[in-house]
Amino acid sequence: MATKLDTLQQSLQTALGDKAVSLINALGELTLVVKSADWPGVARMLCDHEALQFKTCVDLCGMDYSSYKDSGWDGLRFAVVYHLLSVSMNTRMRVRVFCEDDELPVISSMLEVWPGVNWFEREAFDLYGIVFTDHPDLRRILTDYGFVGHPFRKDFPLSGNVEMRYDPTQGRVIYQPVTIEPREVTPRIIREENYGG
Amino acid sequence: MAEIKNYTLNFGPQHPAAHGVLRLVLELDGEVVQRADPHIGLLHRATEKLAEHKTFIQSVPYMDRLDYVSMMCNEHAYVMAIEKLMGIEVPIRAQYIRVMFDEITRVLNHLMWIGAHGLDCGAMTIFLYAFREREDLMDCYEAVSGARMHAAYYRPGGVYRDLPDAMPQYQASKVRNAAAIKQLNENRQGSLLDFIEDFTKRFPTYVDEYETLLTDNRIWKQRTVGIGVVSPERAIQLGLSGAMLRGSGIEWDLRKKQPYEVYDKLDFDIPVGVNGDCYDRYLVRIEEMRQSNRIIKQCVDWLRKNPGPVIVDNHKVAPPSRLDMKSNMEELIHHFKLFTEGMHVPEGEAYAAIEHPKGEFGIYLVSDGANKPYRLKIRAPGFVHLSALDEMARGHMISDVVAIIGTQDIVFGEVDR
Repeated sequence: MATKLDTLQQSLQTALGDKAVSLINALGELTLVVKSADWPGVARMLCDHEALQFKTCVDLCGMDYSSYKDSGWDGLRFAVVYHLLSVSMNTRMRVRVFCEDDELPVISSMLEVWPGVNWFEREAFDLYGIVFTDHPDLRRILTDYGFVGHPFRKDFPLSGNVEMRYDPTQGRVIYQPVTIEPREVTPRIIREENYGG
Repeated sequence: MAEIKNYTLNFGPQHPAAHGVLRLVLELDGEVVQRADPHIGLLHRATEKLAEHKTFIQSVPYMDRLDYVSMMCNEHAYVMAIEKLMGIEVPIRAQYIRVMFDEITRVLNHLMWIGAHGLDCGAMTIFLYAFREREDLMDCYEAVSGARMHAAYYRPGGVYRDLPDAMPQYQASKVRNAAAIKQLNENRQGSLLDFIEDFTKRFPTYVDEYETLLTDNRIWKQRTVGIGVVSPERAIQLGLSGAMLRGSGIEWDLRKKQPYEVYDKLDFDIPVGVNGDCYDRYLVRIEEMRQSNRIIKQCVDWLRKNPGPVIVDNHKVAPPSRLDMKSNMEELIHHFKLFTEGMHVPEGEAYAAIEHPKGEFGIYLVSDGANKPYRLKIRAPGFVHLSALDEMARGHMISDVVAIIGTQDIVFGEVDR
């Protein structure tokens, strides 16, 4: 399998030229990073190129790097990660595209290239607030109708901001600020290299 | 003449044929569907966000609750992602146990699917038949993990414990006399492997029974042939996987194409459809059950002959045995650290995909070196399939939408996550 991955890496390098910010082979998976301005052209090429043929986008997800290694992150905050699959060549690869603006992350929709990403893009918009330009139907998908905020961002609390209850005096369901205290049972720890032998 | 307008129909979320909490907004012209807009998220529990706040082992039981009819397969993808990041080699016996239970889970899932799909299309008996066999397989789950459904049996580095030597038996009760109990316990006299082997001998006859009920049934064919046709090219573009892709005639199965665990050592075939309609997908799944049965048989044979460890000996990942823990200070510390702080997964990212009964189930795991995942993304096959519903249902009648939901094998635990 290793040789196959090397050939793929080779053909990717020749096909991409200087458009690849980085192309890393780790744990038997290829990860390509491209700039968001180059991404539409690169995506089209990955899909149509004779030696690549990534016709399927298996997965698309948003990423929020703001607290990576407990806020040791100085790059761009939001990224979209694509997992591509070529059924004819039996290969996989991963593409990571960072969104230029941290305040309003915007990226081109890949619906033209991979029609299957429709709901994945809606999901990334819903959970991370990443806006996909030219998406025909960018509505929230997983959260409630009228939900405020983007729940998977690292600054969104796990217990949320509002809770719902039935109010007997008004005779309807109302939203109110959450009444539970957030608690952390197991603290998050990053140990130094070679901790404990 | 009065003008006929399109109207909108709200299907679900409490409709029995919606397979859970699907709210489907159908735009109709007469009885023909013009547009289907599924509203999902009614079962959204933010599993991925919860996992970011839990240690790696604490998230294993959450995986059971994703696709709650194929529990162990979900766990499998999750532990495989962790093992990939940590570079752990799983003992061979654990790999066989995992493959065997993956296939048992596949049969469980397909039985649930055929029962529910049949019921949606008006076939009552098949549901009762399917649940009869599910009961036996659930007992296997219970024997090995203690839970009938949410097993939490797969662990990073192997499986929680070895297969039990004795199959639990029914006890005498007020409603059953001794003779009935004896009959129930007839195939439970030996070990779990004996019970499973007995099941694999009985199962092909059961599948024949399902086929007598449905395969040549006129009503069943009227409901499924030519419904929800997906062309092979379109199936690839839409990202369909599993039986949805194979039903369209593409020979794609991760167990064969990108084998994981010991699938490359086992002998089985991939069934492929021709027309890409609901009926072909039905035939593919029926054949998959027979193939799974074959795999289970091979695993049982191997497991009988080859005892050995079922989890790695690395105590940074897997807990030490209870006996060692109680007699040895160092093991006690390992045990304590593992279950309080949890394991530390090296920095990096990995995507692990398995051939889930429903399609490609993938876990994308990003770790920054902490004892909790930095990001966990669950790639659920049902999510992608449901997004293709609009395209598949257009131009069909309302009752065909029910057949299409059935053939997609939708379970909301994984769609909404």
